[in-house]
Amino acid sequence: MSQSYLHQGSGQKLQRKLLGDWYQNLQEAPQRGEKVAYLFISGNIGELLQACGFHLVYPEVNALQCGIKKVAGPNILSAEDLGYSGDVCGYVKNDIGLLTGGNQMPQGTVLPPPDLLVCNYAGCATYLRWFEALAEFYQAEMVVVDVPYLRGTDGPTAEEKAYVERQLRELVTVCERITGQEFDPEAYRQAVARSAQTEDLWVDILQSAKRKPSPIDAYFEAVFFMAPIYVMRGTEACLDYYRAVKEEIDERVQRGIGPLAREEVRILMEGPPAWPHFRRFWEMFKKWGAVSVASTYSKVGGVWDLGFRHDPDRPFESMAEYMLGCYTNRNWGMRSDMLKSYAEEYEADALVIHSVKSCRSFSVGQADLREQFIREYDIPTLFIESDLADPRYFAEAQMKNRIDAFFEALKHRRVTAQV
Amino acid sequence: MNRLQEILQSVREETESLDFPGPRKWKQANPDGRCVGFFPVYCPVEILDAAGVLPVALFGGGEQIEVELADARVQSFICSISRSTLELGLTDRLDFMDGMLFGSLCDVARNLSGVWARNFPDTYCDYLHFPQNLASDQAMDFYVHDLKRLAGDMAQLSGKSWSDEDLALSLDRYESLRARLRKLQQIRCQEPWRLSLEEFYCLLRAAGRRKVEAYIPVLDEVISILEKRDCRPVDGIRVVLEGSFCEQPSLELIRSLDQAHCFVVESDLARGMCWFQEPIQRSDDPWLDLARAYFKHAEASVVRHRDPQERSQRLLQRVQDSGAEGVIFCTAKFCEPAFYDFVLHKRVLEQADVPYIAVEFEEKMSNFESIRTQAETFSESILFFGEEAMA
Repeated sequence: MSQSYLHQGSGQKLQRKLLGDWYQNLQEAPQRGEKVAYLFISGNIGELLQACGFHLVYPEVNALQCGIKKVAGPNILSAEDLGYSGDVCGYVKNDIGLLTGGNQMPQGTVLPPPDLLVCNYAGCATYLRWFEALAEFYQAEMVVVDVPYLRGTDGPTAEEKAYVERQLRELVTVCERITGQEFDPEAYRQAVARSAQTEDLWVDILQSAKRKPSPIDAYFEAVFFMAPIYVMRGTEACLDYYRAVKEEIDERVQRGIGPLAREEVRILMEGPPAWPHFRRFWEMFKKWGAVSVASTYSKVGGVWDLGFRHDPDRPFESMAEYMLGCYTNRNWGMRSDMLKSYAEEYEADALVIHSVKSCRSFSVGQADLREQFIREYDIPTLFIESDLADPRYFAEAQMKNRIDAFFEALKHRRVTAQV
Repeated sequence: MNRLQEILQSVREETESLDFPGPRKWKQANPDGRCVGFFPVYCPVEILDAAGVLPVALFGGGEQIEVELADARVQSFICSISRSTLELGLTDRLDFMDGMLFGSLCDVARNLSGVWARNFPDTYCDYLHFPQNLASDQAMDFYVHDLKRLAGDMAQLSGKSWSDEDLALSLDRYESLRARLRKLQQIRCQEPWRLSLEEFYCLLRAAGRRKVEAYIPVLDEVISILEKRDCRPVDGIRVVLEGSFCEQPSLELIRSLDQAHCFVVESDLARGMCWFQEPIQRSDDPWLDLARAYFKHAEASVVRHRDPQERSQRLLQRVQDSGAEGVIFCTAKFCEPAFYDFVLHKRVLEQADVPYIAVEFEEKMSNFESIRTQAETFSESILFFGEEAMA
């Protein structure tokens, strides 16, 4: 990196330190007599649990880390030895395999066992099955925050909001019993206020992709940049992180640089990435100058770009609204509308759907999305399949052929359109 | 053909037919009537019935259907039932239906509700969120509100005004139906040779396609004839069949188990047809009665979270209560909920020293020899080791 750049790479460097400290702190929590809660990313309630005195473990984040570090395969095989089918979610199997192997993460730290399993059931039925298994294997207490699936297009109803909010307040009582600490409402309110500030910055970063060329790849880069807002949202460190990333992106805008030397095609990405082959997966798009300008997976932990913000004046109510509105809790029509608006606002040339076997919450309905985008919106759409965790499902040659053929055809379409 | 054979033939045809003769016939006789289908597992059919709507239980297309159109909409790693149900719709076999309901089951069923709404925009379609936090103070209120919302939709669809009394009467009717189904289950459990698994299963399935008040006398007749049926005891082992609560094994597979002398005396086949463990307790508020029954007396099922250990313990209890000697996990390919439960269940069975085997099926499966062999080997191993243990 040229010395003239002040901020490039700072997001990556800072994140390495932040997450390193996070895992180190987690490992030491039991020695300090501090309690640990496990929870999920979609519709997560980290601010609330931290205000109750918990350290947080996100099994999905551990699974993707194992995927990237190439240890998901052996973990998955360990879980299959226990009886798990080859046809269930690779994230779950990775987590179970990790647990039976001693819970040592690829970077060396050891995950503490849960004192409480908080199943924030937002848009993924597998979440329930996953934590039921952990409750059995760890013999830990499990609480479900039941988040009704959104119907229609008007967003959550008053009854749905009241139901979720009530459960959050009930959860506080459980937390106080387990930690022996009184819930700190002011700490919670302040955390929620920091979350709202962080969300403003994150939205600015993501929406910078509306520029041409885009200064950011809103999929392949965003899925890295999004980690702190999902894992440690509400903390000062998280807020500082997004200030730094914002500076990095602003600098790119000022210097006219982007993730690729030349932006040839602007694509929308739907579906999670192939974590075990992340770099090779990205390379397949890079060679065609394809830059992701918007993606759905980068919203899996929160859809803030459509306007929602946590609200410190209504910390419980807004948390309930946040959980209800997360991407996987949205119905097919809402997801489709979201992608359609991205196509328009970000001036995308094509839609790429990466359908993963592990996550039916994402994948069922994607074929209809393809049909709709091609037939009704005349937006070229590529449909590819692999997995987010299980390296066995990544057929590199086949995928490369499909991607090459798609971009070749897209290029041809442009040329013939000019004639 | 005697009367029993006649009834059994008609329910078998009803189970296998892709043309839904029962509901179509009902609709012809009731031109203003409305039919609403529901995807497994559970549906509060009493709400539909009270509004004059005929609830139609859908269980996919089985081995009869050739899936062509839906293959382009459903990935290869998704269960057959979602694909074949969509195929039924796309090929107009469900054109008699005025609506479709999906409920909390799995991510596939949930997303399928959206796919359905897109592909059949002129037909009513809804998703029912069944509470998964039964410990919450607010859950009951939320559920009752959702039931009333559904009732409003059904009333609008049928154009029939109705009252709490209508719902109370419907609860009575379905209670009577479930009592008959429990009686059949009891007959099967006590003397499995008196009623084959295939016969029992088809009688169960037909309950989801006929008007409840018309089907109750038929079941009464069956029960009465069965008590006098001339049959001889047959040797075999008694097993619980688990894992077929949503997608259903074919009749050929079901027959294979009886042929292998594995007598299924308890099962979760078509679980939604007999969802409650015991009769619904009644008060002067039928809404609360139905909701309370869901919370307190629904059969332990992977589609309804309550206590992580509840389901495995309940399976063990069902094994003990039915005098079963083993468990056959009979799971549809790609059925995630059943696969997750299998791991937890087998731990409990192993601790209790209950033998089990696991088989997988798909709707379009055509060769059942390996499953029959597995079942025979399982049966023989229990008989052999059982005798050895007694020696």
